[in-house]
Amino acid sequence: MKIATVRELLNAEIVCGEELLEEHVYSACGSDMMSDVLAYVKDQAVLLTGLVNSQVIRTAEMMDMVCIVLVRSKKPTEEMVRLAKASGIVMMTTEYRMYDACGMLYANGLIGKKVRHD
Amino acid sequence: MTEPLVFRFNVDGSDFTSAGQASVHVKKNLRELGLPPEIIRRVSIAMYEGEINMVIHANGGVAEVIVSEDAVEIVLKDQGPGIPNVEQAMQEGFSTAPSSVQSLGFGAGMGLPNMKRYTDTMEIETEVGVGTTIRMKIFLK
Repeated sequence: MKIATVRELLNAEIVCGEELLEEHVYSACGSDMMSDVLAYVKDQAVLLTGLVNSQVIRTAEMMDMVCIVLVRSKKPTEEMVRLAKASGIVMMTTEYRMYDACGMLYANGLIGKKVRHD
Repeated sequence: MTEPLVFRFNVDGSDFTSAGQASVHVKKNLRELGLPPEIIRRVSIAMYEGEINMVIHANGGVAEVIVSEDAVEIVLKDQGPGIPNVEQAMQEGFSTAPSSVQSLGFGAGMGLPNMKRYTDTMEIETEVGVGTTIRMKIFLK
C-alpha cells in the first residue's frame, strides 16, 4: 500500500515527509508499547501509536519503519518532528482512534505479522 | 578488516528523552561499514533496548560495540542495582520498571527478551548493589 493511501484512508494530516508519500508499506503495527513494536515488526511498516515522545521515532528508526501515524489527533513534539525529518520518516496525525485506524488499514489489505500455529 | 573496530559511548542516565542516541550513532556507523541491513537492524535493536534499560534501571552506563571480521559484539556496562533474579528478568512480561516508564512506552518486560531474540549469544554478569555487564554477539558468517 502506498503511504499516500494510508493518509487517504485515515483522512490524516501530514506532519513531515510529504515527499515520501509514493513509497510503499507492506505491514503495520499498532501499539503504545515500543518494546512490543521492537519485538515483532518487519521493515517497510507503518507504526500506529498514541504515544508522543522521541522514543517513538527512535523505535521506528531502529526497525527501519517508514511511516508513523499518531492516532486520536495527537500532536508530535518539535523534537519528534526534527528526528523524523532527519530519519526520512513520514509522520501524520489522524482523528481516528487506534482500533478504528488499524481496522481501516487492515480491511484495505495492510495486514500485520501473521501468527504461526504450529 | 583485521583489527576490530571499537565504538564507545557514555549513556546518559538522567534524560529519558535522549536515550537511544548511541544506538542511532551505531546504526549510522555500521551502515557506513557496509554491513548487511538485517545485521544492522539486529545490532541496533539489541543495543537500543539495552540503552533504554540502562537509563531506566541503572542511571546510565557505558556501551561498546566491537566490529570484527566474524561478529559484532555489544558490551553494556552499568553500575546500577544489579538483577536479583536473571531467570525471572528474562521472562517476557516481567518488569520492575516504575509505572511512569510504562507511560513512556517501555517497561513492559520485553527489553531483555528482545535483546536475546535479536542476538546469537547473550551473557549477563550481574551483582546486586554492584552493577551489570551484558555481552551480546551477532555473527556475521
